[in-house]
Amino acid sequence: MTALLEVEDLRVAYGKIEAVKGISFKVEAGEVVTLIGTNGAGKTTTLRTLSGLLKPVGGQIKFNGRSLKKIPAHNIVSLGLAHSPEGRHIFPRMTIEDNLRLGAFLRNDRPGIEKDIQRAYDLFPILGERRKQAAGTLSGGEQQMLAMGRALMSQPKLLMLDEPSMGLSPIMMQKIMSTIAELKSLGTTILLVEQNAQAALSLADHGHVMEVGNIVLSGSGQDLLHDESVRKAYLGED
Amino acid sequence: MNELPQQLVNGLLLGSMYGLVAIGYTMVYGIVQLINFAHGEIFMTGGFGALTVYLYVLPNGTSMWVALPLMLLGAIIVATTVAVGAERFAYRPLRGAPRLAPLITAIGLSLALQQAVWAWYPDAKESINFPQIDGGPFEVGNVTVQTGDIFLLIAAPISMAVLAYFVLKTRTGRGMQATAQDPDTAKLMGVNTDRIIVIAFALGAAFAAIGAVAYGLKYGQVQFRMGFILGLKAFTAAVLGGIGNIYGAMLGGLVLGVAEALSTAYISDIPGMEQFGSQSWANVWAFVLLILVLLFRPQGLLGERVADRA
Repeated sequence: MTALLEVEDLRVAYGKIEAVKGISFKVEAGEVVTLIGTNGAGKTTTLRTLSGLLKPVGGQIKFNGRSLKKIPAHNIVSLGLAHSPEGRHIFPRMTIEDNLRLGAFLRNDRPGIEKDIQRAYDLFPILGERRKQAAGTLSGGEQQMLAMGRALMSQPKLLMLDEPSMGLSPIMMQKIMSTIAELKSLGTTILLVEQNAQAALSLADHGHVMEVGNIVLSGSGQDLLHDESVRKAYLGED
Repeated sequence: MNELPQQLVNGLLLGSMYGLVAIGYTMVYGIVQLINFAHGEIFMTGGFGALTVYLYVLPNGTSMWVALPLMLLGAIIVATTVAVGAERFAYRPLRGAPRLAPLITAIGLSLALQQAVWAWYPDAKESINFPQIDGGPFEVGNVTVQTGDIFLLIAAPISMAVLAYFVLKTRTGRGMQATAQDPDTAKLMGVNTDRIIVIAFALGAAFAAIGAVAYGLKYGQVQFRMGFILGLKAFTAAVLGGIGNIYGAMLGGLVLGVAEALSTAYISDIPGMEQFGSQSWANVWAFVLLILVLLFRPQGLLGERVADRA
């Protein structure tokens, strides 16, 4: 039985500068896997490569047994890989509901789409209250909810979340993290990129620590949470 | 005699023609942030496409009621082919290049299209008469609508309604909105943005082609240079309305058309301004209006400020 996502020796470069220098990791169905690390470690670059926005210079990406390397970005979501990007990137001049509908852009099952929109509103009631409002008027945390709800609209096999807690108030951050925990308990497979290592590791089955383009440490979420070097480097302890 | 209603109608008719052409500028800009300065020439090829159908495809003496739809189809086919070809072979290779490169390409393409028609189209070294609809002008109260303008009166509102429906209600239209707002994220949703760009060029060209048939019927002729001033006016309309906004393009066109009509009708009545009311001064007033609007509302009438909340 192979893993849902298998990344092997992945290398990505911007011009001559390698941002990801040969990383390998796996995500099994039903798992939450997190990539943690500082700014510039290559986490976002990794996700953008998985979803086809960037082309790798080397290595393999296998999703559901299929190589993603030659598949254009707009065809990847239909394979079951959804990406909620860093900085949220909701469509600001569209309504919340239209944003959610765009998440289901390639789906044809109308009743299913309506049901999933309702499910997003159940998950994030504030979005339901403001469904006709332009998404650009939402607060940062609400936009994050919308970005996550939108990614779920494609009924993904794997949900990739890039920095969902970035720039949020502590309360909002907690709300987002508990939503991720809720999604996990519903069986959603998640690849989570976070700078907030504490929160990410406490949720994750597996974690990988990235530093300047390499994975320097891997382990279960709990192990990494209690690892001394991780505590020093990422959890702000001396 | 009160001639204001007449002038307003003239202005709105002229303006709706500007608006039809302006849509092409604004759609392409909205999606790839490119000012397609060859759009005026795409409009011109539409005019010649319609003419070709009349002169060389249909038998002599075909009734205009039969010919006109086919001419319109010919105009649309020629203009969209030219536009899609331009996108594929001139603009797409430059995607990601510095902004100046596609801009210069657009200017070069515009000259090339003009000269190609001038050199190769039979008799195109001079103006060529465009077939006209028979029958006298229509009169409603004391307002007269010229026969040639009837087409515009019908085609412009229908075109706008079709466009609004397309953008707001169809899947491709929503993909287009998404691409305009955030192309990378649109791809993450499964939108084929390359295809959306081609569709934007093609749609813009189709509306320009409708505008070109309207031009031929209105002025009774087409010529290889007809896209220059008209393209400039339509571009002005797009900027006036707020570039990137399709309703803005139509509104900008109407405002510009009315301003021109009123300037020719009334400016010469102002003491000391007698010599400034001629048709050739109308162009000056159109651009003065543009400058004024941009001074006080740089984003255009319906344009949105660029900053969105993060």
